[in-house]
Amino acid sequence: MTTQTLRASASRTGLIPAVFAVVLGLGIVTLAGHVQASALHDAAHDVRHATGFPCH
Amino acid sequence: MFSRILTSALFAGAAAGLIAALLQLVFVQPVLLHAELYESGELVHFGGAAVTAHPELPGMFSDLQRDALSVIFTMLTYTGYTLIVVALMSIAEGQGHKIDGRTGVLWGLAGFVAVHFAPGFTLAPEVPGVAAADVFARQIWWFATVATAAVAMWLIAFGSNLISYVIAAVLLMAPHIIGAPEPEFFTGPVPTEIGALFAARAFGIGLAAWVLVGSFAGYFWQKEAKHTEAHA
Repeated sequence: MTTQTLRASASRTGLIPAVFAVVLGLGIVTLAGHVQASALHDAAHDVRHATGFPCH
Repeated sequence: MFSRILTSALFAGAAAGLIAALLQLVFVQPVLLHAELYESGELVHFGGAAVTAHPELPGMFSDLQRDALSVIFTMLTYTGYTLIVVALMSIAEGQGHKIDGRTGVLWGLAGFVAVHFAPGFTLAPEVPGVAAADVFARQIWWFATVATAAVAMWLIAFGSNLISYVIAAVLLMAPHIIGAPEPEFFTGPVPTEIGALFAARAFGIGLAAWVLVGSFAGYFWQKEAKHTEAHA
């Protein structure tokens, strides 16, 4: 199997982009909802409570 | 493929997040502000005298900076969730499952169960001022519960045999049988009526937001496919 067909099959199943998107999404949710740095916590305070995240 | 996931997730997540933020400001924020009067000690429950259940609350949109930050962070949170949902939709479609705005509603319901209802079943959405265990311990439990519930929902949706349903049921129940980190003492000054209303409202808005996330994600995923074909 050549590199080209490997690349083609990877993009057809789309697993790699999906994994990237999941990691990016998890990062955003963690930053907005869970990181305890005080500036982030204060800014996101109401949202964390309303969205049911453990807050403080 | 990545740009199709990114584009449809950004549209769907921002739209669902904006609507969720407005719903939260109307239905959840007044309950939260009411609770904060007890958290700050301005009102005292079970003190010498009965306390009115209808105190003067800061009016809606009285603190614009606070509300604007809430809108931004709600949109961010739901965009993050939508990225994950669209990525999983792309995998499911690759396996031959139909993805559109209608089937997206089911995805949204499953997402609500995984990230709101499963962790909230034991760690109920907290009104400000409640007693709770160490936040780090609760976060670990939260992530573990969401992960097991998400796998369970996938097994219920796509596993088509009895064994996968049994595994799903075990995964859904296990975190609650093991138990979440709980506080040693109850010190919350907020009346139980407010706490219950807050949890109910948080779940209700979470459900609405997630149905929108799923449906918008499915819709924009298909729309982006047509867009890509048209430009191919």
